[in-house]
Amino acid sequence: MAFAIGPHVKGLGFPIHAVTAAICGCGALIALGCLLAGLSPATLALPFGLPGVGMTLGIDTLSAFFLLLLFTSATACAVYSLHPHGTEQARTLPFFPPFIGAMALTLIAADGWSLVFGFELMSLASWAMVLARPDEAESRDAALLYLGMAAFGAACLIPMIGLLAPAAGDLRFAAMRAAAPGGWRATAILALVLLGAGSKAGLVPLHVWLPLAHPAAPSHVSALMSGAMTKVALYVIIRVVFDLCGPAQPMWWAVPLLAAGAASAVLGALRANTEPDTKSVLAASTIEHVGFIAIGLGIALAARAADLSSLAALALGGALLHALNHGVFKTLLFLGAGAAQTGAGTRLLSRLGGLIHPMPVTTACVLVGAAALAALPPLSGFASEWLLFQSVLAAPRIGGLGLQVLVTIVAALMALAAGLAAAAAVRLVGVAFLGRPRTPRAAAAEEADRPARIAMIGLAILTLLLGLFPGPVLSLAEPALRRLVSGGMADRAGLLAIAAQDDSAGYAAPGIALLLGLFVAATIWIVRRHAVAGELRGPAWDCGFAAPPAWLPFGDPATQYSGASFSEPLRRTLGASILAAREDVGFVRPGDPAPARLTVQARDPAFTFLFDPLAAAREKLSGFADRMQFLTIRRTLSVMFIALVLFLIIVAWLEAT
Amino acid sequence: MILLGAVLTQILHLALMFVLAPVVVGLIRLIKARLLGRQGPPVLQVWRDLLRLLRKQPVLAENASFVFTAAPVAGLAAIAAAAALVPSFALGMVTASLSDLIVLAGLLALARCTLALAAMDVGTSFGGIGASREMTFAVFAEPALLMVFFTFALLAGSTNLDLIAELLREGTLGVRVSLGLALLATTAVAIAETGRIPVDNPASHLELTMVHEAMILEYSGRHLALIEFAAALKLLLWLTLIAALFFPFGAAAPGAGPLAWAGGIAAWIAKLLVLAGALAWLETSLAKMRIFRVPEYLAVALLLGVLAAVFLFVSTGFV
Repeated sequence: MAFAIGPHVKGLGFPIHAVTAAICGCGALIALGCLLAGLSPATLALPFGLPGVGMTLGIDTLSAFFLLLLFTSATACAVYSLHPHGTEQARTLPFFPPFIGAMALTLIAADGWSLVFGFELMSLASWAMVLARPDEAESRDAALLYLGMAAFGAACLIPMIGLLAPAAGDLRFAAMRAAAPGGWRATAILALVLLGAGSKAGLVPLHVWLPLAHPAAPSHVSALMSGAMTKVALYVIIRVVFDLCGPAQPMWWAVPLLAAGAASAVLGALRANTEPDTKSVLAASTIEHVGFIAIGLGIALAARAADLSSLAALALGGALLHALNHGVFKTLLFLGAGAAQTGAGTRLLSRLGGLIHPMPVTTACVLVGAAALAALPPLSGFASEWLLFQSVLAAPRIGGLGLQVLVTIVAALMALAAGLAAAAAVRLVGVAFLGRPRTPRAAAAEEADRPARIAMIGLAILTLLLGLFPGPVLSLAEPALRRLVSGGMADRAGLLAIAAQDDSAGYAAPGIALLLGLFVAATIWIVRRHAVAGELRGPAWDCGFAAPPAWLPFGDPATQYSGASFSEPLRRTLGASILAAREDVGFVRPGDPAPARLTVQARDPAFTFLFDPLAAAREKLSGFADRMQFLTIRRTLSVMFIALVLFLIIVAWLEAT
Repeated sequence: MILLGAVLTQILHLALMFVLAPVVVGLIRLIKARLLGRQGPPVLQVWRDLLRLLRKQPVLAENASFVFTAAPVAGLAAIAAAAALVPSFALGMVTASLSDLIVLAGLLALARCTLALAAMDVGTSFGGIGASREMTFAVFAEPALLMVFFTFALLAGSTNLDLIAELLREGTLGVRVSLGLALLATTAVAIAETGRIPVDNPASHLELTMVHEAMILEYSGRHLALIEFAAALKLLLWLTLIAALFFPFGAAAPGAGPLAWAGGIAAWIAKLLVLAGALAWLETSLAKMRIFRVPEYLAVALLLGVLAAVFLFVSTGFV
């Protein structure tokens, strides 16, 4: 359908994106205003929606916080698309505003039906945009996998709502809260929400679609999917687990979140080091950051169960702040990758390189985003990861040797993931934006157009501000923290510093930034005063290799480190065990003009251990069903007879109970 | 009065760190040379080299971008900021409330990433080799370091370095098995982070085995001077960190007078001498290991760090 509409709406691109940007900008301002004014939760019953029942919308601090994140990201994406970037953008045009609307609906839903409706609308709209290039098999496969995952998510979320609804069948959140589930029902709800919303957020083992589907969509959509849609899924988890299920839940609820979070963090960060194209690197890194947020949620749950409300607020506050920070810097990075794709015609690392010279503004913005992704102080990623690390370091106070050992392992895996993320960030920027161009197309890249530059610069400034002032941002979420874990961060989140405990020193981002600035200024001053000014330019030294001949103006681009060579040590050490990475080096005989080839294979363990057995089981089942189709008449009749008898037995049993 | 003391100790601390950093590197070189039966360069040779480099005009590659010229300054600023946070001879400096262990790790990561990016900027294969290896080692070093920090956070209830040093100095935490394990893990990480034998050879002239040196092959003149100075400062920072965490005696208390500072400085320098001698001895008695053995070596450090934390849980001292 999209492909029929596409060409006709091309001229509509600017007005539709401009209106979307304006509405989203207003939405972000309203959400911010609500948070600043400290609104009290409000609901609105609408007469349409589910027949006979209608739908209920509501907004509280938690919704407003996520709305702020959604609308900030969406505004930037809409501004970025004001200038047309290829036909894909025109094709996705009819679905882009509904996608944002569906996410907003999920966030302001106050009954089970609206929540699921918004969530599924969001899935469908984004699916149509993942299918932006239907003529490419890769795009179709990604869209099919994505649709399957979305259907699986729906199959989990709808029964979950059924379980949450109290006996009267009232789907409103208020009614669900009043009759919080317990026992097996609560356990089933936890499992279903983690599977249903977790598959959308990208938690291991249901993460495999992210690095395929997120890059397949046009960049402004990928940015929203990674930056905002995964957060909407996390919002659903927080809403159900922390709010609707009530506060009286056992401590072991933290364990699946901690385990899935730590696994996602390490696996996502490792895959970010091995993926071959810029956007799938970013999508894999989203898995890592979602894992970090899930770890924060897990610690908050355990601490709440142990009545350590101060620790629970620290962990949940860290998780919320990280969701916001990640939403902003991941949107920035996806838009940067999109600008590189528009400017240089590809997103493959092996065909990019040296973009800093033709695209200095884009590169500077991407540098800011990558530094936040790598959790470097004083940027936003570090501030929220500092909080998450602090909550994990304090978690052993909850008690229990099992939990303490689990938390120790989680802490080590988090640090491993942080190190991997830094390596991935250096690889992404170093290979794609620094060095020498690997193709003539990359050498002739063009700087991003003005709307794209405005969007990226805005997000980069926001990343800096969020990094410098995490305290005020945390205090925006204060009412949500108080309501969900009955503890706050207000006395620990000041303008100048955030602290893990009361009356203790913490992380003072402005202080660190000031210190860095002072030393930069002092170094420049000393160099200006005492060192020789000016510099000479010459061919790269490269240990005495000769300068390239005139017909190779960039040297031989293949002699520099590529994305695959940069990740080789990691592939051989961690990749060999986790991703089952294998390398085949095809040497040729001396004198043979054929090139030597290096083939690298890696496979996500989720495919090996979950999806392949599932596919095999499905194959077996369909073979069995095939056999049923060709039974003799006698056997068909007996199968029908047995089915009838079984059915009658079930009916009789139901009658009896 | 306390504020004045804090400011004075801070300034003195920074001045001493900056002055002593190249001296310590020179000292280690001298001790190594003597242990190998050579005469060795004078201790101040490193300072002379740095000043000479500062007066030389740098040669940049034709395609070097602003990342290449900004990285030495940014890297030095990050290391210097980290050095300002680690207490050397006195506690309770102005930056005491900033000196968080995780922030320290973050600042070191900032310096590492800027240098790795600069190494990739010109697009030579050696720069790529160095950047890739440096980032890989850090992947394995960071969890080990965090486990050490975890141990201290459990013991002291905070990750503030100044607070931990204070508690350790007063001896309220006692001597524990965990601290011994943590010392081993920290030493292993410090050797990897500062690029010493057996992980990397600071005096290497064979490009293929280089890590840190491979990253800075394209640098010359004042840029190289800044990078070399930052590397020296980083070594001193690690020695001071180990001294503050594991050998906390002798440091002046917050608010103490100049006499206590003098004692603190004497104790600090004595600790540095011992640590520098130990490092030189270690470097002369070990061979550099293969690149792909380094992750295994750091995995052992990680294991020691995890053991240090777990020992705390199973010991009765931790609630």
